[in-house]
Amino acid sequence: MTAREEVLGRIRRALGASPDQVHPAPSGDAAAPGYRTRSTAGIADLVSLLTNRLSDYGSSVRRCTAAQLASAIAAALAGRGITRAVVAPDFDPSLLPIGVECVPDHDFTAQELDAFDAVITTATVAIAETGTIILDGSAGQGRRALSLVPDYHLCIVLEGQVVSLVPEALARLAPQRPLTWISGPSATSDIELDRVEGVHGPRRMDVIVVSEP
Amino acid sequence: MTTFLGMPTAPRGVGHLRGDDPFPVAARRSLADAQLRRNLAKATATIRAKRAKVTAELPDWEELRAAGRAIKTRTMAHLDRYLEQLEAEFTSRGGIVHWAADAHEANLIAVDLVRATGATEVVKVKSIVTDEIGLNEALADAGISAIETDLAELIVQLGHDRPSHFLVPAIHRNRAEIRDIFLRQMDGVDPGLTDRPADLAGAARRYLRQKFLTARVGVSGANFAVAETGTLCVVESEGNGRMCLTLPDTLITIMGIEKVIPTWTDLGVFLQLLPRSATGERMNPYTSMWTGVTPGDGPRQVHLILLDNGRTAALADSVGRQALHCIRCSACLNVCPVYERVGGHAYGSVYPGPIGAVLSPMLTGIEDNASLPYASSLCGACYEACPVQIDIPELLVHLRARHVDEARRRWPPGLEAITMSTAAWAMADPARFRSAQSLGRLGRVGRRRGVIGRLPPPLAAWTRARDAPVPPAETFRHWWSRTHGDAHDRP
Repeated sequence: MTAREEVLGRIRRALGASPDQVHPAPSGDAAAPGYRTRSTAGIADLVSLLTNRLSDYGSSVRRCTAAQLASAIAAALAGRGITRAVVAPDFDPSLLPIGVECVPDHDFTAQELDAFDAVITTATVAIAETGTIILDGSAGQGRRALSLVPDYHLCIVLEGQVVSLVPEALARLAPQRPLTWISGPSATSDIELDRVEGVHGPRRMDVIVVSEP
Repeated sequence: MTTFLGMPTAPRGVGHLRGDDPFPVAARRSLADAQLRRNLAKATATIRAKRAKVTAELPDWEELRAAGRAIKTRTMAHLDRYLEQLEAEFTSRGGIVHWAADAHEANLIAVDLVRATGATEVVKVKSIVTDEIGLNEALADAGISAIETDLAELIVQLGHDRPSHFLVPAIHRNRAEIRDIFLRQMDGVDPGLTDRPADLAGAARRYLRQKFLTARVGVSGANFAVAETGTLCVVESEGNGRMCLTLPDTLITIMGIEKVIPTWTDLGVFLQLLPRSATGERMNPYTSMWTGVTPGDGPRQVHLILLDNGRTAALADSVGRQALHCIRCSACLNVCPVYERVGGHAYGSVYPGPIGAVLSPMLTGIEDNASLPYASSLCGACYEACPVQIDIPELLVHLRARHVDEARRRWPPGLEAITMSTAAWAMADPARFRSAQSLGRLGRVGRRRGVIGRLPPPLAAWTRARDAPVPPAETFRHWWSRTHGDAHDRP
């Protein structure tokens, strides 16, 4: 007998051993869940809550229109003294600031990525209530290593990507894509539960929220 | 090997589910360590306050707990089906699924997978299940070094120590102790290292950076696995998880079979319950999810080892089964008056605290962790804190009963069984009961101040930690017949 048959067989015996148990249907509860799955908050409130949460995490948040985005990116990078950044190969080149060396990723090794000060990415969804930004590797984001190895992450979020609740975010995501949920910079509380920011992931993360016309 | 309803439990001689000493012995040793108690009291008080604040923020916290419990109940009732679905989905996306009936099998599979890559070093994300099965020791025996990359796990590994908490495995160490460990054990550490937490974290970053960037094999556990989509999920804070899950060419994930959840939507419940209950944050800094292999992004060889190791023995106990609902948040540890004083090591298992006191005996068979279900005052704080509403006090009492029942079936009977059957015989007959009571009054001989301080062995086991009241000079039955005559049927 294979281990697979062994384990599945044990599970069936274990469950069969308690026939008195009424097993609920595997398809899930027919009734709507009791917890919140949808919010009616307006976009202005969502963006303001997201901004508060991100500021709590020590990120600076800039707001701009689509037309102002290029200069907002330039300002954010200048504010952190960044001179060399990496971007995804499909990142919109018209947004890249002059004076900062911005290199599209072409299969850099982890060691090569480590030589960049910063990475600039777009995002897929942001959750206001938890201050979370989610990347899924779609346009402008690149592979996961890109937003991980450089020490500074500048992330661009569109207003329309902001939702209120965790369940709303899941509803918008494609599970099969590699997903990274980011809520503030890398941190640890392993020493006397004192929070220290900046361990292995980017030690700083800033966000630009773009309002759409 | 003890079995419950014929189901094999986790084997002896491998992994870390059994301590060297029973709980009372180990607890007494821990209680003598004043530094440990100070470290624990400070840490648990901090985390309790943070948790209380962020759980109060959500208007639907109780509804989320109820949903978490319902999802886990449904999962356990159809565990075979969900595991098969998980396997099919994960495999269809290029992942490889392995099954392991126990710790030995899981270790063998993992060692073979690492050997096949030719690597002699693996980087690890914090994973309790790999500690449960003693994976690091198995890898070391095969000449492979496992590098723990979570800061607290690194502190434990460099200190040749054992984890004592799910979330903060080095919770028993303070900053000065951690600095000393780093100075002694960390290659290339700055000798001028201070004990500021930021400096200590910085030292760990420098030490691990090159290891991450050159690692060829990563090893992880999983917080959740979604059957419907084949997605695995790891939550973390430091980014060490993202490093291990993303940069190596080969990723090996080991997961207990109880970690599967049915649907993608269900994840929305647990991703709210877990961070708020665990670190007291609205969301942990990083959560990674992957489904098999993604070409051009992350590891090209992705393995998943599904582990039983006593979980089906727990599943066979229809009351005890709910211990498998645990999502390892550690909220029950942080609120437990026993854990706060003795710490995690006293439990002898990688699963400490209230949930460990029920989970460990069910995985190993009660005989091997018989003292753990008694390591509680049944105050109920753990039940109130549990994000998936596991009724831990009910389980503790249930396991005490199972322990007594199993002991009763053993031959020769123990002292407790003999005492109880003698008492039953005496109480079954009025005349015998009367004689027994008169005998009990002998206990008054030579006693003062209304208590019996110490009895001779074996009764000393009871009086060592308790005062027994002296039997009254007169029994109720004696008083009644003296004041009312012998007419028992009078009102």
